[in-house]
Amino acid sequence: MSEKQEYICNFCIIAHIDHGKSTLADRLLEYTGALSEREMTEQVLDQMDLERERGITIKAKAVRLTYQARDGHAYQLNLIDTPGHVDFAYEVSRSLAACEGALLVIDAVQGIEAQTLANTYLALENNLTIIPVINKIDLPNADPIKVKGEIEEIIGLDAAEAVLVSAKLGTGTEEVLEQIVKKIPPPKGNKGASLKALIFDSHYDSYKGVVVYVRIVDGYLEKGQRIKMMSSQVEHEVAEVGVFRPTMQVGQKLSAGEVGFMAAGIKNIGETRVGDTITTVINPASEPLPGYRKVTPMVYCGLYPTDAGDYADLKNALEKLQLNDASMVFEAETSEALGFGFRCGFLGLLHKEIIQERLEREYKLNLITTAPSVVYRVTTNSGQEYYIENPAKLPPPGKYIKLEEPYVLACILVPQEFIGAVMELCQERRGEFKNMEHLGNKRPMLSYKMPLGEIIYDFFDQLKSRTKGYASLDYELTGYEESNLVKLNILINNEPVDALSYIVHKDKAYFRGRQLVEKLRQLIPRQLFDIPVQASVGNKIIARETIKAKRKDVLAKCYGGDITRKRKLLEKQKEGKKRMKQLGNIEIPQEAFMAVLKIEEK
Amino acid sequence: MGIGLYIHIPFCLKKCNYCDFISYRINPTLVKAYLTVLDKEMALYSNSLPPEEKQLETIYIGGGTPTCLRANELYEVLKACRYYFTWPPEIEVTVEANPGTVDLEKLTVLRQAGVNRLSLGVQTDSDDLLQVLGRQHTFEHAVEAVYLARQAGFGNINLDLIFGIPGQTITSWRECLVKIVNLSPQHISVYNLQLEEKTPLWEKVKSGQLKTCPEETELAMYEQAIEFLKDNNYLQYEISNFAQTGYQCRHNLRYWRNISYLGLGLSAHSYLPPYRFNNPENINTYFNCLTEGKLPVSQVELISKPVEMQETVFLGLRLRQGLDLTAFFDRFGCRIEDVFTAQLKKFLPLGLLEIVNSNLRLTKNGLPVANFVFREFV
Repeated sequence: MSEKQEYICNFCIIAHIDHGKSTLADRLLEYTGALSEREMTEQVLDQMDLERERGITIKAKAVRLTYQARDGHAYQLNLIDTPGHVDFAYEVSRSLAACEGALLVIDAVQGIEAQTLANTYLALENNLTIIPVINKIDLPNADPIKVKGEIEEIIGLDAAEAVLVSAKLGTGTEEVLEQIVKKIPPPKGNKGASLKALIFDSHYDSYKGVVVYVRIVDGYLEKGQRIKMMSSQVEHEVAEVGVFRPTMQVGQKLSAGEVGFMAAGIKNIGETRVGDTITTVINPASEPLPGYRKVTPMVYCGLYPTDAGDYADLKNALEKLQLNDASMVFEAETSEALGFGFRCGFLGLLHKEIIQERLEREYKLNLITTAPSVVYRVTTNSGQEYYIENPAKLPPPGKYIKLEEPYVLACILVPQEFIGAVMELCQERRGEFKNMEHLGNKRPMLSYKMPLGEIIYDFFDQLKSRTKGYASLDYELTGYEESNLVKLNILINNEPVDALSYIVHKDKAYFRGRQLVEKLRQLIPRQLFDIPVQASVGNKIIARETIKAKRKDVLAKCYGGDITRKRKLLEKQKEGKKRMKQLGNIEIPQEAFMAVLKIEEK
Repeated sequence: MGIGLYIHIPFCLKKCNYCDFISYRINPTLVKAYLTVLDKEMALYSNSLPPEEKQLETIYIGGGTPTCLRANELYEVLKACRYYFTWPPEIEVTVEANPGTVDLEKLTVLRQAGVNRLSLGVQTDSDDLLQVLGRQHTFEHAVEAVYLARQAGFGNINLDLIFGIPGQTITSWRECLVKIVNLSPQHISVYNLQLEEKTPLWEKVKSGQLKTCPEETELAMYEQAIEFLKDNNYLQYEISNFAQTGYQCRHNLRYWRNISYLGLGLSAHSYLPPYRFNNPENINTYFNCLTEGKLPVSQVELISKPVEMQETVFLGLRLRQGLDLTAFFDRFGCRIEDVFTAQLKKFLPLGLLEIVNSNLRLTKNGLPVANFVFREFV
């Protein structure tokens, strides 16, 4: 499968959601004959079945296409897919690092949007050649001229040669392919040098073990080689190499510049970390590829089965998910209120939501998740230092001398007109202004030092909504700093509920407490008796609400003989209850445990 | 043991603002066609049911507004019942009627056809509130209908009432009850207005043009009805039903005792154990099935023993005397304490359920929160 390096193009597609990224990808696959129109659906469906059978996610993430260009040469095109959220910013950056170019797809009606911008900046940082593609030109209100103007003005790219396409109708597909082969530089790299292969993704396959997605930078990778991961020094023997076309096709060898997969009977996905470099045991590379960093969970929350009997199923499901996602961690914990469960660590809130949804959908589990928390550092009176991922574990005031929280340096790229709004938001979130610089034409970048705890809630959503979606966010951990933090306790029916407690800055405790009990009053359904809901700091109650008893709940209507309807109505009400956690006599819905996220600023 | 027969007449002068049942504006051609296929449906059941399931205990003609049909049309329906089913002398035959759609002649014909119970949709004594509900009559019409019914020889009359109408107050509700009791019906049904999605009334409440009664007011209205009617010798025998001694509705009791009934007509529901089934809600589907000589059944559900037990409990608990535990044991061969252990353990100490004379029933406190209790049993 090895081909001349100058006829290889590695590229990705970046686009805002719904701008037609996957439709364009489909057209490229179709045009280059990777799949026939009929096969498209069948293939995809087959893979979905496979996915279900094996409990893995097949990511059509690195597809190889062969394109016979007008210049008479056959090119090998490798299309690499990228996720698009700040939680996965690191994964995105590694995927981009595996490419030399990117198609920037913009909707001819909508124009440039936030995600477009954020991902374009990432691509520029990775020195990719960007080919603007204006999609949906078939729509009656398409305005490619306006969009071209935006590309030049907002992004600062030359849009004169932007390709006009309708991925839906298939117009312009060939022109896209031509520009890819003409404009995207061939991969550099030396086939004769020691092997350096960049891991940009992986998935778990129950037959092959971990399937690693690689971009060969130097040297080559072939079956039988002894290889090692440069960060962990773990060694393996290559069992097979191959490419996705888009189904897995085993081949002989992957050489410098190529993209494909490798399997080596690896059982633990944690050994194949994204960003790591693979080299050979004999004649290894002296330096790994730049940019590797171990991704550590930033956000923790408790995951509990609604029904205590599902604990073992939840454990089993988490173990299975972890096979595919090394960035999620979990360990058993116990809550007075919620019983046995797990404390799980995620890259960010979206990551948490994805995992939670998979647990609920694929494993049919009913879950209670507690509000997310960062990892705090506590120094006890005796000078002992330890970390807590669960606010409930914070000792009472007076039992510790220092409480520290993680800080990040947040970089926010935002168009000029929203700078004021962003600064305001950062200040609300205890941000400390660091710097403002301009990255080229009209691209101010603000840096703030902020507590991570302020970012993991709805910061990203707020940022988007206050900048009409144009801001992009990246952050990196800078370390721990002492803060004036207190634990806010919540009491329901006069009993403290550990799973609802959380750590908050002292200045905000009163406000947050009031908002939280108010929210809980709305979220907890009325029961047969009055329920007080209180917030306290230490022994002091700072807020109180009462959930009034429900005094009437009777179906005094004649449905004639339609007993089924009556039963369904009762069943539906009961179904709602199933998703609630029974605390003593009180039923608390899942949303209540996340109420802290729903508190609006101001 | 025979069955209860329900016949649905899906026609009205105009649909009420709160109603979400299937009903069409009255139209002579459509009615004629409907009655023709209804006759076919009866014939089909008559040919297929075993004799014991053709033995009628009760008939209930409901709607819609059955009395918006002509007298002879209703007469024919009942004649068909006699022809296709077995009609015993002690049968209870109810027809639902709306004030404004009955005159002495029609009522007399109904009596002659064998109808011995009339259920009048009075709803409220206030003409303003009747307007809110979108009813096509005044209270005056309702009073007149009661007198005409008596004159025609009806000795068993039910009046339907609704409380919780936007604009209704405790005082006006009390006055309504007084006026109703003064009409001396044998039976009174008291329903709490339910706002059903997409109905005109629901739209008005949603848009803020009308305001629903606060929950406390509705509760007070309900409790007032129970007390006031009791003082006037109407005993509450079901959540929404009150009757003088000996005048409980035998047809509706079948629903609450969870025993068999056959529903005919558009969207009618049936329970011939172990099956529940229902007719289509779409009138064309209903017509087409019968035109092709097929039973117009759109859904069938096999009721398993556990589900039958659940239904028996939540329906039986609607009755004030509750669920006869001996009868439960005889029917299912197991004790309720062994099937619904957790539920009884929860609600007996909470004082929402009680066991009196080997009957499991809602307490006075349990009554207004009955759904809270019921849903634990499904």
